[in-house]
Amino acid sequence: METLEQIKAQIEAAVPGARLEIIPNDSPSAQRSLLVAAENGLAVAKFLRDDPELHLDYCSNATGVDWPEAELTEKIKVKKVVDGVEKEAEEVKKTVRPAYLEAVYHLYSMAKKHGPIILRLRTENRVEKNHLPSLTPVWRSCEFQEREIFDLYGIVFDGHPDLRRILMWDGFKDFPMRRDYVAPDDYEYEPTPHDDVLEKAKQHRAQEVKS
Amino acid sequence: MDEGLKNELQKQGVFTTTLEDIYNWGRKNSVWPLQFGLACCAIEMIATSMARYDLARFGAEVFRPSPRQADLMIVAGTVTKKMAPQVVRLYNQMPEPKYVIAMGACAISGGPFKQGYNVLKGIDRYIPVDVHIPGCPPRPEALLHAFMTLQQKIADQQLTGVNRPRHLQVDAPSEFTVPKFGEHDLEPSSNPAVWQAPALVR
Repeated sequence: METLEQIKAQIEAAVPGARLEIIPNDSPSAQRSLLVAAENGLAVAKFLRDDPELHLDYCSNATGVDWPEAELTEKIKVKKVVDGVEKEAEEVKKTVRPAYLEAVYHLYSMAKKHGPIILRLRTENRVEKNHLPSLTPVWRSCEFQEREIFDLYGIVFDGHPDLRRILMWDGFKDFPMRRDYVAPDDYEYEPTPHDDVLEKAKQHRAQEVKS
Repeated sequence: MDEGLKNELQKQGVFTTTLEDIYNWGRKNSVWPLQFGLACCAIEMIATSMARYDLARFGAEVFRPSPRQADLMIVAGTVTKKMAPQVVRLYNQMPEPKYVIAMGACAISGGPFKQGYNVLKGIDRYIPVDVHIPGCPPRPEALLHAFMTLQQKIADQQLTGVNRPRHLQVDAPSEFTVPKFGEHDLEPSSNPAVWQAPALVR
């Protein structure tokens, strides 16, 4: 299979105006992925499936990621003039990355026996602009997995044939896999609490002492 | 009846018993479980009912497909919050006298999913449980032991007096609140008549 750069060039040639970006991966797997703008999502997906060379006919996995608002720090070298002498100094640049939700698709080719190609689609934010195009019309296997993403992360997939909650009940209001989800407080005693449970246990202990 | 006299009569070929004993003996040896499973524990329950472990030896071979014909509910597996109302409703549909065995870590406490968002932290929050079995999943021997424990419990029940079982008390409830799907959790999150958070003594 071609490299990701070649595939990116192919998509750009086939889908005019497609905005693509290669997301690097620092982990040992070094599995890079392709960030696709939401408005091109469906066209890019159709190209990847129908192109005779790539022929990515199988979407093995679709999942969601919640990226909360984060402050990114970056060290940049700045030239400064101090007492008439030019010096290189390091400056810390802080940028605020707005919060967004992401849907990640892992694509394989059964016919060509290659893959995976990883697609990422990002929403604009986490509240009302949380729409993405559904890839279910391209890969049937996305149907339940997109429903699961809708259920647990709250991404609305436009063009999905049957977008309902799949794990939680219909009247449920929260999105349990989001990082700011607070589970209902039905804590009960545990003999060896740790991590989050330890925090909860301490809170309950403090309340007990008060009352 | 005096134990010594009973033995003496037995030697003469006269067998005596009490109505209570014979009634409980009959009941404990024909407990019919409800045929339903929720997760992997159900596989162990099936194994228990098959030839190798043979639950039929204890008079419980007929797994009933209808709650109307069942005496025992074996809650075998993870009870999700989405499934909990159905489990309680099945329990309510069973006629008295009825018993519950909570089988496995999930059914008694939520088990490995206890910190999850969609798993009930023990079915005893909504229905009265007679025997709890720990294990993930419990071996068929453990289920047999639980079953024998339940049989002992049935055999020890008194038909009269304050401690008589629920099905012989007119005012005792035989149905329990079916929880409703709320916006954030099941409502109510537990039935206080059945379950209260254990009080800690420090």
